[in-house]
Amino acid sequence: MEALKVSPGFEKILPQEYQELVEDGPYGRGLAVKDLGTFKEVIEEHPLCAGCGLGLAIRLILASLPDPGNTIIVGTTGCNSIVMPQVAIHNIHALFGNQSSVASGLKRALRLRYPDKTKDVVVIAGDGGVADIGLAPTMHSWFRRENITTIMLDNEGYSNTGGQESGMTRQGVVVNMAPVGKKFPKIPLHEIAKAAGCAYVATVTPARARRLGQMAKRAILIARDIGPTYVQIFCPCSTNYKFPPSETLKRAKETEITEYMSPEAQEFIEKIEKESQSRGGKE
Amino acid sequence: MLERKVVSPEYMFFEAPREKKYLIGNEAVAEAVKRANVDMVISYPITPQSEATHIVGDIYAQGYVKDYYRGEDEFNVMSAMAGAAMGGVRAFTATSGPGTLRAFEMFPCWAGERLPIVCAFMTRGVNSPLTIQPDNIEIGWLADTGMLIFHAEDPQDFFDMILQAYVIAEQPDVHLPVGVCADGFFVTHTREIVELTPEDEMLPPYDPSVSPVVTMDMETVPVRHMKDPFVMKSNYISYNTHASWQQEVRAAAERARKYITRYMGSPVEVVHPGAEILFMASGTAAAQARVAMERMRAEGIDIGLVKIKVIRPFPEKEITELAEVPRIIIIPEHNITGWLARDIKSRVNNNAKIYGGPRVFGGMTMPPEMLVEETKKLLLNLVTA
Repeated sequence: MEALKVSPGFEKILPQEYQELVEDGPYGRGLAVKDLGTFKEVIEEHPLCAGCGLGLAIRLILASLPDPGNTIIVGTTGCNSIVMPQVAIHNIHALFGNQSSVASGLKRALRLRYPDKTKDVVVIAGDGGVADIGLAPTMHSWFRRENITTIMLDNEGYSNTGGQESGMTRQGVVVNMAPVGKKFPKIPLHEIAKAAGCAYVATVTPARARRLGQMAKRAILIARDIGPTYVQIFCPCSTNYKFPPSETLKRAKETEITEYMSPEAQEFIEKIEKESQSRGGKE
Repeated sequence: MLERKVVSPEYMFFEAPREKKYLIGNEAVAEAVKRANVDMVISYPITPQSEATHIVGDIYAQGYVKDYYRGEDEFNVMSAMAGAAMGGVRAFTATSGPGTLRAFEMFPCWAGERLPIVCAFMTRGVNSPLTIQPDNIEIGWLADTGMLIFHAEDPQDFFDMILQAYVIAEQPDVHLPVGVCADGFFVTHTREIVELTPEDEMLPPYDPSVSPVVTMDMETVPVRHMKDPFVMKSNYISYNTHASWQQEVRAAAERARKYITRYMGSPVEVVHPGAEILFMASGTAAAQARVAMERMRAEGIDIGLVKIKVIRPFPEKEITELAEVPRIIIIPEHNITGWLARDIKSRVNNNAKIYGGPRVFGGMTMPPEMLVEETKKLLLNLVTA
């Protein structure tokens, strides 16, 4: 990646982690989840709680970006937003809930400025940010058929503000602001996404690492040319749901893995994955 | 679409031939957007603004603007404007009263992100009770967002100020959003002679490479970078970052003063500065005060006018100096809060001579006759006192 290269004379001044990104970063190399551990990742460290499902999910998403050198991430307030400043990819945190409208403006701007280059705009946000405060812009970005990928990190509550009920909390669960238990079911956003025009909708968990990586990659590729895509990742929160951090993956496995593609998206994915296999790729 | 050529701001503002057209304010806005070489416009309907972005939609259809869509609400329109500006394009939108309030969280965010967005505010009263009528109460609220704020007197000002706003906003040492305000209906729906620059001449394109903050396009170093200070780390460094950044936003507005002088002449227009009585006003209140002043001068009353074109950065030096001379300063306004009077009174020594008012609001007009009558009443009271 040209922008990353060190100007002559500055090699010894820049920190080691930077040098490693230049020499061994993922940009332009077509790496995937299976390659984790063999390259310098764009995320160095994170300040999330021990056992946080988000930490692993974010690491897997970042390892699965089809073109990390041309990807911009748009986030919003939440646990994930304290990770993003540590990521070696341009990322935006504007306000709470406006990530899909910021991403819409950004994607259109980048299309104008780089007509011959694909810039992937990926929204990564929590369940409160996507399904509650940001529901209108999330859905309107789908209605408008914006070419962006929305990835929800669903920890079934507002964890960063101290564990309050969100629309994605399950019915009956007692958490802050649901003192007698949540009174309505989890919002079926993955179903709504299909009706709202998403060409690709998937639900997955970080317990299924390669599947998550494949889904994130498919979602981003489909969003480039076909239409909006949505991936919902169940990331249990041990801090607010009060279970031992060692149980996160066990709990994460409880969720159903689903994948929907529009006929056009299906055709596109079959075509590119066949091409990739004929070149020897496995993902 | 006409074949167009890029001209320098200096040429466009000071040398280009001008053609007279009979336009309402909303049409003048679209004419300005056409000449401003705007890349992207995002609209949302609200009276009295809607017509301006209808016409901008038409010029998009003709090819003068590269992308255009109707957003879902004002907050998300202003958010998408931020995304567009962070992506490095020149963006425009417009709103009014309730829309301004709906979107409000984004305005300090634009300033904090150092985005050179230009937004037109066709001001209007806010509920409740329900009103769609002219009233510029929202300018007082916008004044504390960190944005630069201009206030147009008429369609001509509206046209000129939008073009000037882009040039000032995009200076690397400024790089702040500009709100160009005009009183709804009185300017947006009133037809007047507007002198337009040639239709085939436009401003140079925006160059995001001179931005003092990184454009979010992954064409520059991406390491540990975020378009936000690291406020999520609860420590001294984060507090200090936020505090110093807030000051830097205000300092950038201060640095805009030299460009305001260069491109707008002055942040104020002064008529009869040595007069015994001075109106200080902005927007259409200045237009009405101008007429009232002429009538009273014809009767032998020694009265002048200071029209305040730039609300932020507030023309402190000019106003304090001008306030030294007169015996009485009268500040007529189109809102109930009297934000302009508050601004002026808080800065002028011996402010007992400042009369904040008369004020009209909720859609009422400000006839020059009323200004004459109120001024005379004030003088009479002073004499009898």
